[in-house]
Amino acid sequence: MPVESLFPRLEALLPKVQKPIQYVGGELNSTVKNWDETTVRWALMYPDAYEVGLPNQGVQILYEILNEMPETLAERTYAVWPDLEALMRSEGVPQFTVDAHRPVRAFDVFGLSFSTELGYTNMLTALDLAGIPLEAADRGDDDPIVLAGGHAAFNPEPIADFLDAAVLGDGEQVAIAITEVIREWKTEGSPGGRDELLMRLAESGGVYVPRFYDVDYHPDGRIRRVAPNRSGVPWRVHKHTVMDLDEWPYPKKPLVPLAETVHERFSVEIFRGCTRGCRFCQAGMITRPVRERSITTIGDMVEAGVKASGFNEVGLLSLSSADHSEIGDIATGLADRYEGTNTSLSLPSTRVDAFNIDLANEFSRNGRRSGLTFAPEGGSERMRKVINKMVTEEDLIRTVTTAYTQGWRQVKLYFMCGLPTEEDVDVLGIADLARKVIQAGRQATGSRDIRCTVSIGGFVPKPHTPFQWAAQAPHEVVDRRLKALKDALRGDKEYGRAIGLRYHDGKPSIVEGLLSRGDRRVGRVIRAVWEDGGRFDGWSEHFSYRRWVDAAAEAGLDVDWYTTREREENEVLPWDHLDAGLDREWLWQDWQDAVNDVEVEDCRWTPCYDCGVCPTMGTEIQIGPTGKKLLPLTVV
Amino acid sequence: MPVVQRLRVRYAKRGRLRFTSHRDISRAVERAVRRADVPVAFSAGFSPHPRISYVGAAAPTGVASEAEYLEIGVTRHCDPERLRAALDTSLPPGLDVVAVVEAAAGNLADRLECSVWELQLPEADHALAAVAVERFNAAERVEVERLTKKGLRRFDAREAVLNLEVVEVTETTAGQATSRPCVILRMVVRHATPAVRPDDVLTGLRLVAGFAPPVPPEVTRLAQGPLDVTTGEPADPFGPDRDITRGGGAEPAGEHVGCDL
Repeated sequence: MPVESLFPRLEALLPKVQKPIQYVGGELNSTVKNWDETTVRWALMYPDAYEVGLPNQGVQILYEILNEMPETLAERTYAVWPDLEALMRSEGVPQFTVDAHRPVRAFDVFGLSFSTELGYTNMLTALDLAGIPLEAADRGDDDPIVLAGGHAAFNPEPIADFLDAAVLGDGEQVAIAITEVIREWKTEGSPGGRDELLMRLAESGGVYVPRFYDVDYHPDGRIRRVAPNRSGVPWRVHKHTVMDLDEWPYPKKPLVPLAETVHERFSVEIFRGCTRGCRFCQAGMITRPVRERSITTIGDMVEAGVKASGFNEVGLLSLSSADHSEIGDIATGLADRYEGTNTSLSLPSTRVDAFNIDLANEFSRNGRRSGLTFAPEGGSERMRKVINKMVTEEDLIRTVTTAYTQGWRQVKLYFMCGLPTEEDVDVLGIADLARKVIQAGRQATGSRDIRCTVSIGGFVPKPHTPFQWAAQAPHEVVDRRLKALKDALRGDKEYGRAIGLRYHDGKPSIVEGLLSRGDRRVGRVIRAVWEDGGRFDGWSEHFSYRRWVDAAAEAGLDVDWYTTREREENEVLPWDHLDAGLDREWLWQDWQDAVNDVEVEDCRWTPCYDCGVCPTMGTEIQIGPTGKKLLPLTVV
Repeated sequence: MPVVQRLRVRYAKRGRLRFTSHRDISRAVERAVRRADVPVAFSAGFSPHPRISYVGAAAPTGVASEAEYLEIGVTRHCDPERLRAALDTSLPPGLDVVAVVEAAAGNLADRLECSVWELQLPEADHALAAVAVERFNAAERVEVERLTKKGLRRFDAREAVLNLEVVEVTETTAGQATSRPCVILRMVVRHATPAVRPDDVLTGLRLVAGFAPPVPPEVTRLAQGPLDVTTGEPADPFGPDRDITRGGGAEPAGEHVGCDL
């Protein structure tokens, strides 16, 4: 059946909205395929505004891989801003893809990538605008399979009622596998309808279908059991791990938008996974083990990506980029290759380490020398032991002193507030640390023209981490500690002016906490918030704490029970049937170690400490060095 | 590296790419220049920028154009036609490079004295449009208001309009297979301060005759250039550059050898 473009109808609305170009599509390297020549069609959504969603690596990778498959088509859709939403509702224009402006409901799969839980209400807007019933149970054979991925999908229970399926882990291979299952089912004439398709996906063991699991509760509200409600459905669903990143060198052709977006650069993931063992870090726990991309593949990807995009900045992504076994050679090789071309290189997520200053110097050779960023995360030595962020005060002072003496004028430090066992003194320790940083910098440079910016995020306990049992700090506590910190810095005549402080109030973290560790009962709250107008919860100008608290009260849910309550070891957690490979006993032991200030080393360089991932998942650490170097680019 | 040659580029923004803002275009051009390996010069200093300057007032977001202008400074001599083709290939379809000449003389901005605009007004009342145009042309002043960044401004929209006419009424919108009735207005407007834009003229038509199109107009800038007083239309702003190049005042042909563009 031909599917018509919605563009003529959308076009009439565009003169009336802000930044219309974001809805127009036509990005360089985007793909429009013939609908009728394909059998399996994916609509991929990053559930935030285009300017945030377009640069997302996960969506770009899947978009490219799926479109490379024969008879398969993938298009993208993003959250529309409220001005366009209102016009689409009044004019009856449904949720559309930006590639060929096809209606989302016409696709076989509506895949959403959730980096954060704060995109849940945007999913409901998109479903509703698309004309897809919000609740999975109300959908028919003509509706797409609504599928969630991304880090938040490691606990999809709060949105279980709205999802047909969820996948955990790396998407490259499982997206292809799902496509094949759907193709086979469609080729057979879609036997058994939607139910059979979901059953086939569930039976594979790699796709979680929430409706095939029942959740029982104790009278006190804790979960008693999560169990399959039909045979053939596995008790636990496993995450997916891509084992050779050199075989998956995506994105090859990065999307280049016309509209301005939050990251205007070509990004290459230099490795996946992290075993530093920071206990607050969900990404580090659920993406194990470390799998490096080789220096030569990285060099090839940068060369092809820059050529295909025209971007003048290259980002080397990972959870801790300086930890690549050949990062020094990568830095020098790329800086040499792009010498004199006004191409700048950036390395986000670096650790506090003097070696990283050398790297930063190398990276800024061809471009701007902006600020340097380090993340000690905890303000006191004790706090850093609790979270297993192994940085001493001495390390930090030595590192920033090196940075200041080598000409960097601005250092940014990231911390968290509301960590387990945290007391006021730990947060005030951030002020002491910042003062010492400035003091050391002034001494080393003899100049007063140096600055330090302290940036503080609220800690939210996340599933599949040692802190999954922890009590989240009430927002009043976080706000009080941050105010004390602010007062301490403001009252400091000697150093206060050289220290900037950035933070947010603690309320959004509570909502994030509710959505992160929530169970299926939280779905009612999400829906009520959305019906009350909740949109774009990741944006402070749209977020309303009151709306969430009221909706929870209305639904009879105690937000504190979900957030500030510490869990017992044997409590069934909503995500226990979803397997990130981490051994539950190891996680519990690591939680106990945290409380006792016991640190754990990185298993890349020390013996295995049995977190459980490699044996459970059949994976292994993949690191260099390869011993290879990047050769100069040949000039044609 | 120093600028050895300046190239003047006329480009168009067409179709759905009319929704690009000026900032969107400038990013797209910078990237296209890199992809096309144009040897663009960079400014010196802490934060080097490519030597690309935009000439004249950009057509507003949502307005299409056949005649926007920019200048590129390059560090090696380039053949204008090859640069045109390379840049056009590297820009997304809808941002199209129409013509490139080597800057030979004078200041291009000074030559952009007036613009020709075409407004397609689907579903508009033709008879009323004709009356409104007649009254507008007959008026000495037509005061309109527009919300600018500096607040509500009131100014005359009549004097800058050198010519305004209803060119035709079609059952099909040009280039599109739609069958809705459409009024097309064409106007020549002198560039002035404050700028009188097509929507200001539309506001004027509403004020003089209550003419208000039911749907937003599709506006296209057809041309820009120095006002030719004999025709009342803009002439080709590249004329002086072309004259000098043809007259033998340009670089010897040998200079172009060895350049990849």
